[in-house]
Amino acid sequence: MSQAPILQVQDVSKRFGGLQALAHITFDLPQGEILGLIGPNGAGKTTLFNCINGIYPPEEGRLVFQGQDITGLKPYHIARRGVARTHQIVQPLEELSVLENVMVGSCFGHEQRSLGESEGIADEVLGFVGLVERREQPAASLNVAQKKRLELARALAARPFLLLLDEVLAGLNPTEIAEMVEVVRQIRDRGVTILIIEHVMHALMNVSDRVIVLDYGEQIAEGTPGEVANDPKVIEAYLGDPKLAERLMGEE
Amino acid sequence: MLVPSLMDGLLLGFVYGIAAMGLSLIWGVMDVINLAHGPIIALGMFGIYLGFTGLGLNPYLMLILVIGGGLLLGVLIYWVAVHRVINAPHLSTLLATFAVNMIIIGIATAIFTTSPRNVDFNLGGFPVGPITLPWTRILAALASVLVTALLYLFLYQTRPGKAIRAVSDNRAAAELMGIPTSWILALAFGLGTMLAAISGGLISTFFPFTILAGSSYELKSFVICVLGGLGNPLGALIGGLLLGALEGIIPAFMETSWVPVLEFVLFVLILLVRPQGLLGSKT
Amino acid sequence: MKKQLRNPGLWLALAITAAFALWPALASNRAYARETSFTILKAVAFAASLNILLGFTGYVSFGHIVFLGLGGYVGFYLMDTFGLHLALAALAGGLSSAILAFLLGKAILRLRGAYFALATIGVNEAMRAFIKNFEPFGGPIGMTLNFGVYRAYGGPDQALWMAYIGTALLTIVVVLVSFLVKTSRFGLGLMAIRENEDAAEVMGVVAPNAKTWAYVLSAVFPGILGVLFFFKNGNIEPRDAFVLHQSIEGIVMVMLGGHGTVLGPILGAAAYQRLRGLLLVSPLFKNIQLAVAGVLLLIIILFIPAGAVGWLRTRFSRLRRVLV
Repeated sequence: MSQAPILQVQDVSKRFGGLQALAHITFDLPQGEILGLIGPNGAGKTTLFNCINGIYPPEEGRLVFQGQDITGLKPYHIARRGVARTHQIVQPLEELSVLENVMVGSCFGHEQRSLGESEGIADEVLGFVGLVERREQPAASLNVAQKKRLELARALAARPFLLLLDEVLAGLNPTEIAEMVEVVRQIRDRGVTILIIEHVMHALMNVSDRVIVLDYGEQIAEGTPGEVANDPKVIEAYLGDPKLAERLMGEE
Repeated sequence: MLVPSLMDGLLLGFVYGIAAMGLSLIWGVMDVINLAHGPIIALGMFGIYLGFTGLGLNPYLMLILVIGGGLLLGVLIYWVAVHRVINAPHLSTLLATFAVNMIIIGIATAIFTTSPRNVDFNLGGFPVGPITLPWTRILAALASVLVTALLYLFLYQTRPGKAIRAVSDNRAAAELMGIPTSWILALAFGLGTMLAAISGGLISTFFPFTILAGSSYELKSFVICVLGGLGNPLGALIGGLLLGALEGIIPAFMETSWVPVLEFVLFVLILLVRPQGLLGSKT
Repeated sequence: MKKQLRNPGLWLALAITAAFALWPALASNRAYARETSFTILKAVAFAASLNILLGFTGYVSFGHIVFLGLGGYVGFYLMDTFGLHLALAALAGGLSSAILAFLLGKAILRLRGAYFALATIGVNEAMRAFIKNFEPFGGPIGMTLNFGVYRAYGGPDQALWMAYIGTALLTIVVVLVSFLVKTSRFGLGLMAIRENEDAAEVMGVVAPNAKTWAYVLSAVFPGILGVLFFFKNGNIEPRDAFVLHQSIEGIVMVMLGGHGTVLGPILGAAAYQRLRGLLLVSPLFKNIQLAVAGVLLLIIILFIPAGAVGWLRTRFSRLRRVLV
């Protein structure tokens, strides 16, 4: 944990018209950590992801990835440096097969693999997320849970250094959630740093090393899951629910 | 030299505006670019021509029949060609309406051939200072203004008009509110083609034409829509006036044959520089 | 590459193209057969080129004929004024269309969906209007090759065969390139753009560059084709070179056969041209052949939007290996 952070978010702000979507967000993400990002709906979590991976540049502030300034770079530049993400609303390439979807990730990610190599990587990743039997199917024919896995597989096939996970657990049943949490842990064990947005609180609290809380674009708390769950500001943000800590830390 | 040519251009601009309004209305309500627009303009011209030469009807009386015919034709085209692909990617509706274009042109060419026609109808001129403006053009401009006003009244003051605006705004929500969206879309398509037919009918009172003549007015309508903002009827009228003025002014400075070069370069440039601004908020 | 060449789909596509190309050699009336085949090959080459942009990348170019017209004009001018050899003129035509596509690509490929389609119409119309005013290219009258030019190729008959062989070779190259694109890493990037451009960019596909190169590739062959065609024609005029209608017919051919497949545009183009020929010959349909073609197009759009090859691929998944 003593080495330089893989990602530094420095004073990042973003407005949409009159809405302050992000206000002076600042944090460091050390190599190999799983950092959770929580907050009520509309708090700016996905906006922060969009800034980090270049969908739109922040108006103020800097983003530093592996010691280099990546502020204002296009999504494909950032992808090629080794950042991959999943989308909250799944974005499968519908008419392409599951295999081809994952190969796109590997071909155009930071390793820039050839088609032949990508097929091997894609098969391996599909095995890891449990979609290998569906490799020839068009992506459109998958169900939601499978599409979520496909998103993850595509991101993993890029062999990223940093993985941004946007609600990969939403819409999954408890068994699927437990499986996915296990998958996320295994990804980290392979040396990938993870920034994760999640509404399924207990899962997020379990899997994260540290958590940052956003509310109306402001960074209101930061710390270990335990610290954050007992933070009065966080409790207030979640409608003043005094049982929040128990809810967050409770039930597996 | 400049003033009469500008006046001519502006009067014509009103009629261009009506043609573009039809295209714009359909685009705004259902995101469909109607590539059958040109042939319908031509049908409007032939409607007046047939009424005038065949039955000896006054062109302005005949225009009422053209209005009804244009509306019905549009509703028919919507149900036959557009409805099934209304939610498909753009390419499908573009090609479906283009297929309608081919069908109309194919049949009409077989019936009317492509030889030039004109409606031999002259109301004399109206002197304004040193220049004389033909009455047919003045009446066409007035009719265009009247049609625009009626369209606005319809869209803002009547139930079906309000329904069109609701469907244009949010089709899913309109459907939930119990609006029969498919019929409303058909009606909007009918209104769009009706406007095209009216513009064709008005143009036929002062220009000669063939069955293929609509295509150049269709292209002008694209330019105008981009000038005035796609999906915005009043913008179409203003865009029409702009284009008419441009066509009136440019020949004073260079050969008339350069007019289309400038028009289309302008068209592409506006698309590039202000795709959202001049095209309205839809992207 | 080796693996790509073992694909039976490639050989099927090439064999069908070659059959069209070789037919005149076997026919009894060779000059007549050559004209028929020329029309088919021209349509195949144009449709397959268009498919690189339309089918693989998902961008609808309504004004694609501008590349055929511009290339034709540039090549024609070089042959007419400087007596340049057909082969070199053809390359020059292809190059000029490629350059136009490259420059345009940087600008109009930023537009999505219908806006791009509209812009391509604008480009075609602006080009036609400009050439009409451009005196070196003969303005509204255009240019006519003088008979002396054909002498360099051993007379008009030889020259026509030469243009034919050039077109046949070009068509085979287009089909091969189209296959190589479809089965390459570049092609995978294009198809990702077609399916979801934003998601493709997030995965690292450099969409602006990929789209531009797809556009250039889909423009260079029509440019060469234009030179060969107008050389055979003997003259070129603005109203023949930039016919918007032909652009759209190109789209119809691609859709008929199946967009995004290699074989689709070949079959679609051939079928469309055959149908047109039949309708023109039949006294019953002669006058309304356009309307019949329109009805056919409408039926395809409404009921089999994936086109013939696309439909077969979905229906019989075992055929997928052969129907690329």
